Amino acid sequence: MSTQRGRIQISGFDTERVTEREPLSAWSEASRGTTQSRWQRAWGRFRRNRVAMIGIWTVAFMVVVTVFARPVTVAGVTIQPISLAPYDPSTILYLDPAADAGRFDPPSLTNPMGTDANGRDLLSRVMVGGRASISIGFVVVFITASFGLVYGAIAGYYGGWVDEIMMRFVDTVFAFPALVLALVIVAILGGGYWQLVAAFAFPGWATYARLIRGEILSVKQNQYVTAARALGARDRSIIFKHVVPNAVAPLIVQASLSIGTVVIGVAALGFLGLGFPPGTPEWGTMLDQTRQTLIQGPGGSIPWWATVFPGGAIFLFVMAMNMIGDGVNDALDAQQVGEAPQGGGE
Amino acid sequence: MGLRRFVLKRVLLTVPILFGVSVITFVLVNVAPGDPVDVIVAFNPDIGPAEKAQMREYYGLDQPVWAQYLRWVGNLLQGDLGEAITRNRSVNAIFMSRLPETIVLGLFGWAFAIIIAIPTGIYAAVRKDEMGDHVSRIIALSGISIPNFWLGLMLILFGALTFNLWPVLPPRKPLLHPDTLWFLLLPGITIGTASASTMMRIMRSSMAEEINKEYVTAARAKGLPERTVILKHVLRNSLISVTTVAAFLTAGIVSGSVVVEVVFSWPGLGREFVQALNARETNLILAITLFTGVALVIANLLADIVYALLDPRIRYG
Repeated sequence: MSTQRGRIQISGFDTERVTEREPLSAWSEASRGTTQSRWQRAWGRFRRNRVAMIGIWTVAFMVVVTVFARPVTVAGVTIQPISLAPYDPSTILYLDPAADAGRFDPPSLTNPMGTDANGRDLLSRVMVGGRASISIGFVVVFITASFGLVYGAIAGYYGGWVDEIMMRFVDTVFAFPALVLALVIVAILGGGYWQLVAAFAFPGWATYARLIRGEILSVKQNQYVTAARALGARDRSIIFKHVVPNAVAPLIVQASLSIGTVVIGVAALGFLGLGFPPGTPEWGTMLDQTRQTLIQGPGGSIPWWATVFPGGAIFLFVMAMNMIGDGVNDALDAQQVGEAPQGGGE
Repeated sequence: MGLRRFVLKRVLLTVPILFGVSVITFVLVNVAPGDPVDVIVAFNPDIGPAEKAQMREYYGLDQPVWAQYLRWVGNLLQGDLGEAITRNRSVNAIFMSRLPETIVLGLFGWAFAIIIAIPTGIYAAVRKDEMGDHVSRIIALSGISIPNFWLGLMLILFGALTFNLWPVLPPRKPLLHPDTLWFLLLPGITIGTASASTMMRIMRSSMAEEINKEYVTAARAKGLPERTVILKHVLRNSLISVTTVAAFLTAGIVSGSVVVEVVFSWPGLGREFVQALNARETNLILAITLFTGVALVIANLLADIVYALLDPRIRYG
């Protein structure tokens, strides 16, 4: 049998009998509905980024160490009983004759990072010292990003004089260096955990507001927004269901890069003696005490360990955080170019 | 829009921002419980409530906040920043005696940032994805991540204490004496490192983008040496985007000066600010906070104007 198409004679097969065909693409009925969302694709790109993964493991390690260094008690109830740190961070070791430690002991087997000016074990203090800075970093970024998102979305979506007034306020907050405002606020409220959160949250949200507003201005030009409005959707649901999810990528990049900045800021306030009471095991506050010693000279050898280790911990954490931030940026940025293959075969 | 109208519009736009800056500063500082009178009284147990009230009346601290604000702005517009009550000196005198120190320190930071960032940025962009590029990117990432106060302490530890190349404390000499300028090298590096790293990263990405454009291919096809192509054509166009972040980096240098001056015991505005915060010296806190805000607003204004001068497309945008 033969089939005739135009002038080309095709012969040798019977259309009725051919059951198996070479697939033209990798698409199959079974894979329908399993298309990766853009977040899954971004995550895939992020996971292949070796530098970013090193960052994530470092941050995870440091968070685990600070959480499990000493038991955590909330309102009198111990919720985390494990204690990895060899000593209590505020125990003065030379008062205990059994401990055999003095002031500014160099690193040794019993005190791997040495002891500080008051003869306290530095390793234990460095392990616990990240609690305040790291958690303030995450809390502040969560608060500022959420508030900035809502603020910027409202300003960008409504536009006009609402936008004008709201953004002039953002410009004004933006006019100050964040650290200067944080210093003034801490000087007013006094030191302490929530005071520091407030100090960094107040100047911090403006960046997100400005960013998300710019995104909204371009996203709201899309026809699906007009369509949603024509269908009678309310403003609130248009903003948060249709506009924001499409404008949120740069916000996530900014958030991941800001955590490190806040951690450095908190440590800087501690270093200036405004964050926590002196003697608190916190990375910045610990450095405040060593500066005096460095400049006056402790007599004899220089206790480099008291400066190197707490600051090195801040550096390591912030570096890892920035590696993650760069990775998030690359992963989400590539998406906008659309380089991932869509539908069809390889 | 012509250039002159653009500049005028941009200058007028800063007026409401400067007003907002002064209001925020004043409100923040004045909601604080306690005022300088409390600080003076703390050292003088003999002073009773009647004298305290009298002192408050003398300094105008008993009036409502808005009246105090109007008085403060009125004096400010006449160039009077008020009196530092606990120091018994005028804020103007303190401010003017500390300002040159901070400006010189800031210039050192700026110079360091530019000297490091521009050449390494060019190098990294030209050698994109080669070994040198990777190394300089890692260094830049470290420069952004390192806390400036710790970097300062480490420089003191190695430069001053271990190798004895620098004095630990600033020399008691005039500001432009060679010894003082030598001392300023370490604080300058400390304050400029973060800015240098940020600027280098921006320089690299803007040059890498520019290098792929058609006019570069055209210049190469003309037979120009690679050096001329990079330094005369690519560099000029990528410097435009660097000027916009330069203003943003001024913020880093201004807030960096607070911390770095404390680390190096440098007698500038930043250290004065920390002392004023501890002493609740309202007028001094107001003056310095306002100064940082105004400095940034002006830096942004200048950056916008320079940007418009360099790139004529902006004005019509």
